[in-house]
Amino acid sequence: MKFIKKDAELVKLKAEDQNASSEKLRVIKSIKSIILSLFRLAILVGVSYVILSPLIEIVSNSFFSDSDATDPMVYVIPKAFTIEKYTTVISIMKYWKILFTTVLSDVLLMGIQVLICSMVGYGFARFNFPFKKLLFACVVVMIVIPAHAIMLPIYITFRDFDIFGIISLISGNGLNLMKTMKPLYIMTILGCGLNSGIYIYIFNQFFRGLPKEIEEAAFVDGAGMFYTYFRIMLVNAMPSVITVAVFSLVWQYNDYFFTKLFSIESWMSMKISALYDSVANALQLNSPTITQLYFNAGIVLDLIPVLLMYVFLQKYFVEGVERSGIVG
Amino acid sequence: MKNKKRLTLAKKRAITGYLFILPWFIGFCMFYIKSLFMTIQFSLSDVSTSAATGYTTKFTGLENLIYIFTKDAKFNQTLILSIKDIVIDVPLILTFSLLMAMLLNQKFTGRTIFRAIFFIPVIMGSAAIADSIESARQAAVGGISSQSAAITEASSSAVNLDYYVALFKDIGLPAGVIDYVVGAVGRISDVIDLSGIQIVIFIAALQSIPSSLYEVARIEGATAYETFWKVTFPMVMPHIITCLVYTVVARFANSEIVDYSYKEIFNRINYDLGSAMALVSMICVCVILFTVVALIQKKTFYYN
Repeated sequence: MKFIKKDAELVKLKAEDQNASSEKLRVIKSIKSIILSLFRLAILVGVSYVILSPLIEIVSNSFFSDSDATDPMVYVIPKAFTIEKYTTVISIMKYWKILFTTVLSDVLLMGIQVLICSMVGYGFARFNFPFKKLLFACVVVMIVIPAHAIMLPIYITFRDFDIFGIISLISGNGLNLMKTMKPLYIMTILGCGLNSGIYIYIFNQFFRGLPKEIEEAAFVDGAGMFYTYFRIMLVNAMPSVITVAVFSLVWQYNDYFFTKLFSIESWMSMKISALYDSVANALQLNSPTITQLYFNAGIVLDLIPVLLMYVFLQKYFVEGVERSGIVG
Repeated sequence: MKNKKRLTLAKKRAITGYLFILPWFIGFCMFYIKSLFMTIQFSLSDVSTSAATGYTTKFTGLENLIYIFTKDAKFNQTLILSIKDIVIDVPLILTFSLLMAMLLNQKFTGRTIFRAIFFIPVIMGSAAIADSIESARQAAVGGISSQSAAITEASSSAVNLDYYVALFKDIGLPAGVIDYVVGAVGRISDVIDLSGIQIVIFIAALQSIPSSLYEVARIEGATAYETFWKVTFPMVMPHIITCLVYTVVARFANSEIVDYSYKEIFNRINYDLGSAMALVSMICVCVILFTVVALIQKKTFYYN
């Protein structure tokens, strides 16, 4: 009897011991996971700081008054808060007009990009025709060739723009399309706009991943091929459409290469690049520190539209990319 | 009679396919093929411009190429510098963005916010802003280049970098490795700025790995380290190639040599020399790109 009791006690003790050791394991595990997540947080916060710090500095500096800029006691938070820099820059840049034309063309170009690139991507993904592989290799070549290698011929093409000599027959020489946005539209409609190759690639990958049954059902029901593409495939491709739309909006808005090449003065990025000098000239400023403040306000004004667009679309975007066909 | 004219379904579909890609094909011929030929033609001839006739070309053979390599003051130097920048930056960007993608792919609170922050460099990556910030900074410090600005910044910070560099040199680490690491630390903000898209691509790639593979690895008792090298890495390998191509192209588009040839064409109006420079630099980058991609492609594992 006594032994049995002792045995029972032993078992109980053992169980307690085991409990304790598993408890210990659990504690160790949770400490480990806490340390790991702290480590992760440290890295992420650090990198985020590196990303955000120039932005924070630019935003805070844009609210500085002239006295704050030279005051060594002022750091990040302005002493004499002012929005005078913004009002001045808006009037010098003719901000609202520029913003309107830029955003309007940006959205229009984005629409064309999505339409044309999805069409081309669909053509490559779903139809078999001779030389398909060679032609698709040309799309890849288009991505790889740096734009600067062909910039001069493109410049010449649009300085004397002509369609098979028709225009020069009528008016004597070709059209000069410099300083207008027409070159951007022409190139985008012909599927060779800014980064069009990448968009075609994305759409192609996505359409290849869609099941064929959807289209076949449409065909059986008597829909034509273009009808099927517009009403069925494009609707199904929403994740890639959003991805391409975001990329296109952001890259086109920030584009400096083509706008500089075609010298489109009314594009936002052109205005920004000239802003520093135009502010210094307009206000007769000698001090670079003060001019810098106006310039910062200009940068904030330049970034706000594109940041808003991103905030608006980012919910669809971050999750959408995963299903967009970037990953083949 | 009527039956003969009717096309087979396959032919019909082929024609529809051509119709779908037609706009792009016209554009490709008009802008890319024609432009490439023109660039080659310009770089092999003497181009003179006049207001009345536009431009005239006179074939001179390899003269332009010989000129830019032997007589031009800064071309060789700039080209080598740009290529060196690309070779150093690309592995850094790829490693960094893969690591960050793995961190951002884990489940934790605030993941969406961090993902949004990591995409901000893409939004802010405006060459116009970067250019003018650079010129504004030069105006502010009186023409001193950004390189020396970075040095003064580093030396004025609380950490004395030289001390640590000397410390590691004393241990006997090779100087090349130390220089690379110090350089990498110095470029960290550049690297972060350039890896926005790559992080997005890698996150998407990580999400597409079937979770059954990880389950197997866990049951077989693989450690996290082993799982990374045996499962994660081979599975994201195809996307590493995509990212590599994208990174090289994007990095090259912002490199000094591009700027140099641009200035040669539009500031100094030397169409022939500028085209030759653009062509040579493009060939260099394409050769590097294709060799690296071919080397990686051999070791790449394709799941499907």
